[in-house]
Amino acid sequence: MSWFIRKEKGINTPTEMKREAPDGLWYQCPNCKKIMQTREHKMNAYTCEHCNYHEKVGSEAYFEILFDHNKFTELDASLTSADPLNFKDTKAYPDRIRSTMEKTGLKDAVRTGYGRMNDLEIVIACMDFNFIGGSMGSVVGEKIARAIDHALKNRQPFLMISRSGGARMMEAGFSLMQMAKTSAKLALLSEAGIPYISLLTDPTTGGVTASYAMLGDFNISEPEALIGFAGPRVIRETIGKDLPKGFQSAEFVLEHGFLDFIVDRKDLKDKLTSLLKMIQ
Amino acid sequence: MRTYLDFEKPIAELDNKLADMRRLAEESTIDVSAATAALESGIAKLRQEIFDNLTRWQRVQLSRHPDRPYTYEYIQLMCDEFIELHGDRQVRDDPAMIGGFANLNGQGIMIIGQQKGRNTKQRQHRNFGMPNPEGYRKALRLMKLAEKFNKPIITLIDTPGAFPGLEAEERGQGEAIARNLKEMFMLKVPVICIVIGEGASGGALGIAIGDRVMMLENTWYSVISPENCSTILWRSWDYKEQAADAMKLTARDMKANKLIDEIVPEPLGGAHLDHVGMAAILKGVILDHLGQLSQLSPEERINQRIDKFCDMGVVVE
Ligand SMILES: [Zn+2]
Repeated sequence: MSWFIRKEKGINTPTEMKREAPDGLWYQCPNCKKIMQTREHKMNAYTCEHCNYHEKVGSEAYFEILFDHNKFTELDASLTSADPLNFKDTKAYPDRIRSTMEKTGLKDAVRTGYGRMNDLEIVIACMDFNFIGGSMGSVVGEKIARAIDHALKNRQPFLMISRSGGARMMEAGFSLMQMAKTSAKLALLSEAGIPYISLLTDPTTGGVTASYAMLGDFNISEPEALIGFAGPRVIRETIGKDLPKGFQSAEFVLEHGFLDFIVDRKDLKDKLTSLLKMIQ
Repeated sequence: MRTYLDFEKPIAELDNKLADMRRLAEESTIDVSAATAALESGIAKLRQEIFDNLTRWQRVQLSRHPDRPYTYEYIQLMCDEFIELHGDRQVRDDPAMIGGFANLNGQGIMIIGQQKGRNTKQRQHRNFGMPNPEGYRKALRLMKLAEKFNKPIITLIDTPGAFPGLEAEERGQGEAIARNLKEMFMLKVPVICIVIGEGASGGALGIAIGDRVMMLENTWYSVISPENCSTILWRSWDYKEQAADAMKLTARDMKANKLIDEIVPEPLGGAHLDHVGMAAILKGVILDHLGQLSQLSPEERINQRIDKFCDMGVVVE
């Protein structure tokens, strides 16, 4: 996030800094390079007050932004990856998982919980990109499935915040079937008439786009987020040309009819609340 | 001209020898029947030996064999009648995905599948079996039509993946596949899905949510091709064999991991050697499962379909 913070706290505690960010810590926007107080940046939902750049944040930040007083009950917090295929590339999968856990302090690439958002009860699942590129393996699929079960049982709206490079290759066939599993649960949620909002953040690609991320009653995004099925590099190689400017940006996807709206992160909580109240 | 894969070279040599011997017999009066019979049984033995010990990568090669039957051949060989239906009613007709109503043993069915081409021109026309969003939307339209008229659905999967192109993105490739996954779970009619060649990723899964999901013996089905997996994880194309082993992508692997329901055996030497035999086996399997599935109510089928896929995955609590 910020090179000032990293210096102070070390790169192994990337999400530590939120709680009460003390005065005197500074954040430099990677986009416009302007400097602002870390506390100001955080109050601004991790967006730049100068250029509106949306810092890439994970579950901890989104939960804090959305749940009232950051109060929520986490679901299935202890679920971790197995190694059903005994997968080894340049590194054994369990070693990769272990080192990623240590580095990020996360158990896998999604966290799920329920609580209140402006007093409305809601279930939220939020992906963490810094856990193996937010890739979808059995844990991601299962935690999302169970979060949807919770929403079904308690008849509470479900918000999915996606940020993922797609499949977890080390779980191969198991990873693929998580697309099916999550879609099955969303079909049940849909039948039950419970609202599902899908927020696609930067970046959302691959199997995640081709399953739950595109299945919202409302598909929404943040400004300039990259959204696509195939990644830009693959498309460039396939067609043998450079891609047009803005291709696969949230604005592009909105224009082509696959998003309902783009929302500034600062306005996210209130806009979602208004929307959910209207359809209650 | 038959195409031999690299590991079939020893068979090719013996096949050539046999052909020479037969030519010799035609041109002269020498009796070679004993010799040809011996050679034939030698070839059969060798073929059995090679096919008993296929590596995963060799099965991937077989799944892409240029002489393998494609969706159209299966339809022609299994069904008495077929009326092809075109178009997604929105943008265009996608030749990489075909479908229509057919007659299978006197029973009306909907049959849908990706279609590859045999020669360069056809391959381009069929986009190498890589559908655009229109293909997935056409498939869903036909499935809904089948549901409306209470006909079971058979899907044949054979794709190197959904097409990663500019227009495909503009028209929502991800949304098209996602919608199919969700909608297929709720179809009231029986759905049987068979991987007949390549089953690559979401592009395969987009027509593969069924009450029965099966794979022919020499096919693969996974989240990415072994070549692309090798490129991403090993940063080189050269580890495709290791990638195939690591991903456990064959019919046997997928069955062992309970990610598919059944393996459909192929004639010895692979489906490409005996299209008629392969289609007869597949037809028998489909009729058998249609019989079983017709005993269940739509609700039972839908619940079992959902439960089956929701059980897939391994986690540590
Ligand atoms: Zn800025």
